[in-house]
Amino acid sequence: MTEPRLLDGKPSHLGAEGYREHVARLGHMTQHGRALLESVERSGLTGRGGAGFLVGRKWRAASKRPGGVVTVVANGAEGEPRSQKDSLLMATRPHLVLDGAVATADALRAREVVLYIGEKHLAARQAMGRALAERAEQKRLAMRVVLAPDRYVAGESGAALHSVADGVALPTSAPALPALVHNVETLAQVAMVGRRGRHTGTVLVTVAGAVRRPGVLELDASATVQDAIAGAGGAAVEPRAVLLGGYFGTWLDCHRAFGLHLDPAALKEAGLSLGCGVIGLLACSRCAVCETAGIMRYLSAESAAQCGPCFFGLRALADACTRVATTGSNVADLTRLQRWATEVRGRGGCKHPDGVVLFLLSALTTFSTEFANHPAHGERQSA
Amino acid sequence: MRHDLGLQVDRIRCDGHGLCAELVPELIRLDDWGYPILTDSVIPRPLVEHAQRAVDACPVLALGLRRWRTTDPASRGRRS
Repeated sequence: MTEPRLLDGKPSHLGAEGYREHVARLGHMTQHGRALLESVERSGLTGRGGAGFLVGRKWRAASKRPGGVVTVVANGAEGEPRSQKDSLLMATRPHLVLDGAVATADALRAREVVLYIGEKHLAARQAMGRALAERAEQKRLAMRVVLAPDRYVAGESGAALHSVADGVALPTSAPALPALVHNVETLAQVAMVGRRGRHTGTVLVTVAGAVRRPGVLELDASATVQDAIAGAGGAAVEPRAVLLGGYFGTWLDCHRAFGLHLDPAALKEAGLSLGCGVIGLLACSRCAVCETAGIMRYLSAESAAQCGPCFFGLRALADACTRVATTGSNVADLTRLQRWATEVRGRGGCKHPDGVVLFLLSALTTFSTEFANHPAHGERQSA
Repeated sequence: MRHDLGLQVDRIRCDGHGLCAELVPELIRLDDWGYPILTDSVIPRPLVEHAQRAVDACPVLALGLRRWRTTDPASRGRRS
């Protein structure tokens, strides 16, 4: 018998799996409380929201905190523009996410589950709301939905907590709540561990850009980037580079990217990360510098504008990229880009500037030829 | 035994007044927008007093001293 996966069962265009279908497909969770904590630790499950931290270690640390965990937040903000995997998971397998959230709350003796869902993810909101109404846990555990505004930083875990506690979806330097935040895919995997003692060994990815059928795929962790692209119908045109991990990710040359395995541990060893699970393919026909400048402008505008180095620094970096894109390569801007990127890193209240800098530095490396020889052709396209 | 000390800044509070860099330029310089870049190391003993003066002078109470734990690499890059 083949191993069950998160998205097995009816195809996603048929909508949400109801509670009965869900139980018929997977049965009930058999492990709870301490046994689940131990299984999660043994499973080696890592978070799927971007940071890739070991879930078991996070639980263990949280359970040792004075006062413990009061709230478990299922993070489905998914502010990353190209990512669809969290909203698809919530829209089609809401009970798997709820199973994981409830079991996490149970194992850590939390009193409340908050479903933090991006306000623009309408199908996900509807499915999660309906799924909540179908379940009995509501009676013994407070469960509610909080909507995340459509902003990039709203999904940052500190911002999620700030939003849940105070209605302000901005990162904060003071911990807002005794809470634990997990990405919804992570919680779906917790639900699997609670049934089988191990996670599915699969990852959800969103394949975007120059592929024939962009969308969400569930792939074995042993699959490669090339498999993901093939799963999305293959490259539609000749590809120039791969953006691995979305806007906080890394630009890679195709020859380096295609052979990489999606396994979080293997990627970490290579100094990379699947991040939010977006694999973007850039066509040769598109200008890498203009593309990078467009994404930099977006990311700098998405700064929460709370910390000077992020607010001013990212804007200056985006402006310098834009100058190279519009008026052509110049040594002054290329030098500034390197220096500012190094100086801005690590100097925000959240990881927003760090993610942006990682993205930019990978662009400067992978597209070094393009950045050094960019003509003053104006911008052909924006992201 | 006295603990080694390092500097830390609450980035959200910091408004870039820049007094800190005036008071301990050995440990703090300003970026192109006037926000502090802290040295990522233990404050040498002779400078601790000056660092404390910079902490006291911060108009928005963003700058602080922290214990420097050399054994904990995870604490190194944080909020520096």
